[in-house]
Amino acid sequence: MHVEEKLTAETFPAEPEKATLEGKNKFLGFWFFLGGETVLFASLFATYLALKDSVAGGPSAKELFQMPIVFLATMLLLTSSLTSVYAMHHMRNFDFKKMQLWLGITVFLGAAFLALEIYEFTEYVHEGFKFSTSAFSSAFYTLVGTHGGHVAFGLLWILTLMIRNAKRGLNLYNAPKFYVASLYWHFIDVVWVFIFTVVYLMGMVG
Amino acid sequence: MANHTHVQNPKVDVQYRRKKNAEEMKHQIVSFTLMIFLTLIAFFAVGYEGFSAWFSVPFILLLAVVQVIFQLYYFMHMSHKGHELPALFLYGGALVAFVTIWAFLTIVWI
Repeated sequence: MHVEEKLTAETFPAEPEKATLEGKNKFLGFWFFLGGETVLFASLFATYLALKDSVAGGPSAKELFQMPIVFLATMLLLTSSLTSVYAMHHMRNFDFKKMQLWLGITVFLGAAFLALEIYEFTEYVHEGFKFSTSAFSSAFYTLVGTHGGHVAFGLLWILTLMIRNAKRGLNLYNAPKFYVASLYWHFIDVVWVFIFTVVYLMGMVG
Repeated sequence: MANHTHVQNPKVDVQYRRKKNAEEMKHQIVSFTLMIFLTLIAFFAVGYEGFSAWFSVPFILLLAVVQVIFQLYYFMHMSHKGHELPALFLYGGALVAFVTIWAFLTIVWI
């Protein structure tokens, strides 16, 4: 199928993200990138786990972390993962408006998550837990901050796609772009599952 | 790609695909519910005083792994056909991840 073909609900393929060669290449290339991202986060997790008890007189994980804020952040990001599934569901049904709506909800939830994280970090700094306080603090801010940076990048990416294609509608040129952005968003949630478990919950256990 | 099959009566094909998409969305909601449930158990296990760290740490790690499998196979569609190479890339990354974490945990003693 051709990229610039004008499509209807009847002619739109079942898997629009893989209907063109460009789409197939994007799909494979993106998964390869996610494999690389896994390795990146692995090095940050490894550093964190190795240094988490080196508090150098500063606050420890147990003194710092509060369950309610972590729980709220987790629920926000987990729900935003589901809303982007809804967006892809409507993409496959060739319903551009509903896809945009659900992507908008995803962006809103992601932004709320990011705001919560910024609030959390400023609270920690006020409590004397800065980037250079201890090996633990450096490893913590690098790991969680890199994840937060990914969230910020994902938000800008999805917003850019939404605005750029607002008048264009769905076609086989932009369907792979939306699909790949949603994969990225799910991957951010995958990383967060390990962050809330390994960093926050294990930190609270002691 | 089902595109070449619906030449004769596209409307019927669209109805069939919509139905299949709706069914898949149901599975997605079920997996989301399970993910929320696993998260609640993990938070509860940490908040509950009765569990020792020896139990709750491996337990919540297991819950995280199960939740990530849901995320990968349902939300990211790895259960669908044509995901052999994505699986290779991801498990390759996961293997390096495991070795890296293992190495750091065994060689760093400060």
